[in-house]
Amino acid sequence: MKKLSHLAIIIVSAALVLTSLVAFHSSRSNAEPVPTPDQIMLTAAGATFPYPIYSKWFSDYNKIHSDIQINYQSIGSGAGIRQLLAGTVDFGASDAPMNNEQLGQAKTKILHFPTVLGAVVPTYNISGISQELNFSGQVLADIYLGKITRWNDPEIAKTNEGVNLPAQDIVVVHRSDGSGTSYVWTDYLSKVSTEWQSKVGRNTSVNWPVGLGGKGNEGVAGLVKETPGAIGYVELIYAVQNKLPYGRVQNAADVFVKADLAGVTAAAASYATTMPEDFRISITNAPGEAAYPIASFTYLLIPTKIDNANKKEIIKNFLLWMLNDGQEAVEALTYARLPKEVVAKELKQISRIQ
Amino acid sequence: MAGIPVPTGRAASNRRAGTFMQRLRSGDTFAHLFTLLCAASVLLLTIALVYELYINSTTAQHKFGLRFLTGRTWDPVSGEFGALPFVFGTLVTSALGLLLAVPLGVGAAIFLSELAPPRISNALTFVIELLAAVPSVIYGLLGIFITAPFLRQYGEPFLKRTLGFLPLFQGPMYGVGMLAAGLVLAIMVVPFIISLSREVLMAVPVEQREAALGLGATKWESTWQVVVPYARIGIMASIFLALGRALGETMAVTMVIGNDPRISSSLFAPGYSIAAVIANEFAEATADLHLQALIELGLVLFALTIVINGLARIVIISTTQKGSGH
Repeated sequence: MKKLSHLAIIIVSAALVLTSLVAFHSSRSNAEPVPTPDQIMLTAAGATFPYPIYSKWFSDYNKIHSDIQINYQSIGSGAGIRQLLAGTVDFGASDAPMNNEQLGQAKTKILHFPTVLGAVVPTYNISGISQELNFSGQVLADIYLGKITRWNDPEIAKTNEGVNLPAQDIVVVHRSDGSGTSYVWTDYLSKVSTEWQSKVGRNTSVNWPVGLGGKGNEGVAGLVKETPGAIGYVELIYAVQNKLPYGRVQNAADVFVKADLAGVTAAAASYATTMPEDFRISITNAPGEAAYPIASFTYLLIPTKIDNANKKEIIKNFLLWMLNDGQEAVEALTYARLPKEVVAKELKQISRIQ
Repeated sequence: MAGIPVPTGRAASNRRAGTFMQRLRSGDTFAHLFTLLCAASVLLLTIALVYELYINSTTAQHKFGLRFLTGRTWDPVSGEFGALPFVFGTLVTSALGLLLAVPLGVGAAIFLSELAPPRISNALTFVIELLAAVPSVIYGLLGIFITAPFLRQYGEPFLKRTLGFLPLFQGPMYGVGMLAAGLVLAIMVVPFIISLSREVLMAVPVEQREAALGLGATKWESTWQVVVPYARIGIMASIFLALGRALGETMAVTMVIGNDPRISSSLFAPGYSIAAVIANEFAEATADLHLQALIELGLVLFALTIVINGLARIVIISTTQKGSGH
């Protein structure tokens, strides 16, 4: 018996020594560059959805300007807004625009800069169905309200002629964690269904009338995959990268559109002429035949007044770069790029940072 | 002091200093101060924690008062918050977890300490202690991909067929839900119960067993009627430790409970626990009241833990007195 515990001790200590050696080695070989005195560090925090593209942008920007490091923490839009209001970060990031109450709490005026576009798609798991289903907004709202409970409901069948829908119960799946994805989804449902608007409303987390909650895109996708008859919603990027089946959604011009990057950019472009000065606009249910209806901007939140002159110039230059060269990199990471009309408008807004 | 000759005084103070230095060197005073500091810092941390939770949820407390504890609606859009479904989900899943884990854990501990050959016992204990170190997200993943589908396809239909007359086992079967959460919690806390209970059982003096055997008891009678009652308090302590872990478990629970704040009599139905909703909604809670309500939920969980631990103490004390009456 003694031998066994000795053996265990030897194994454990050997493992410890090994891991510490490996850690030591790797910390020496891929250590983050330590900021030298003439380097400038900026910190930002917020939305998780655009994190992959932001981290690419900030690292690319560091390659061009080796003296500038932007450290982005993807802690969620809500937490990003709170940190910005508390002044603990240089700028914030959020999927949903800040509301008037939050803007009122800010010490200096906050500007919204749309960076990329995202979309949300309905994904489902119905036995024997391999075709792409067509969903009208009303049908999606009624499913999520618990009014349509079976897949062979005539309302679903109406827009899916020729599909043999089974008499299977619908299991509704939604996000359990507060998220920009839920905000866009509920914002869309609020626009297409007055009942949804009055009973549930739009928010990062809402009081869901029915259904199961999954944590994150992966939680929703996992539940949908494991539950026969389930329907859920995930980010377009997530669905594409994980090859999930997803349906077409009817847009405001009554066309059923399958989500793709061009359709999302088209949704933003259709609002270009009516875009408010502060960019705080929901682009769900956009007019225009090519527009995918469940789409949204994600924003950088920049204070108008930045005391540190150095940081001010860096932020202005970065925004300029992001709106020009930066946009070329987004589609490789399955984000939709900004329409040119919006880029032109944002370029003008940069001069308001003082 | 004036009448005392100077040399004597110095000698006396030297001696006093000497004894203080000696005491310090021998470690008594130092150990006393150091351990006191440790104990005090734990108390201070607890007080600071409660204070922070309290002070950061005052608006929600004023707005809802006691209604917060009895409310069943959790609506971040309209700003209506009630904690009851979360308290219910936390208590039911923890109770279910313990109900499954206690017989299993104590049984295994008895086998390992009393019946198994020491070689096997030590090897198994090593493995069990490894289980206790597995991160909870791993248990959550197992829950999503194995436990929940198994429950949906086999477990829940079986329960519905055999015990379906009880409201506990009715309604639609999703796999994820209160039952899955209880089952995953049971799997997670069982190593604690086994490992600690085994230690306590092994600490029972050999004389106790020998006396029982000498009186003509069989091996099992000696174990069940002498050794286990002797170790009762330690076993209970292990159960309460497991309960504490079950009440506060976040990640694994949120992955399998279904995250739906509704109170249902069926164990098949999805539910929600306090720790899970805080973890889920905290990062994206933009409205002040929403954030405050979440922090107040933290306070409720804290109070719940204290109440349950207090009750546990009372149970221990009352059973101990009964024991000493024999």
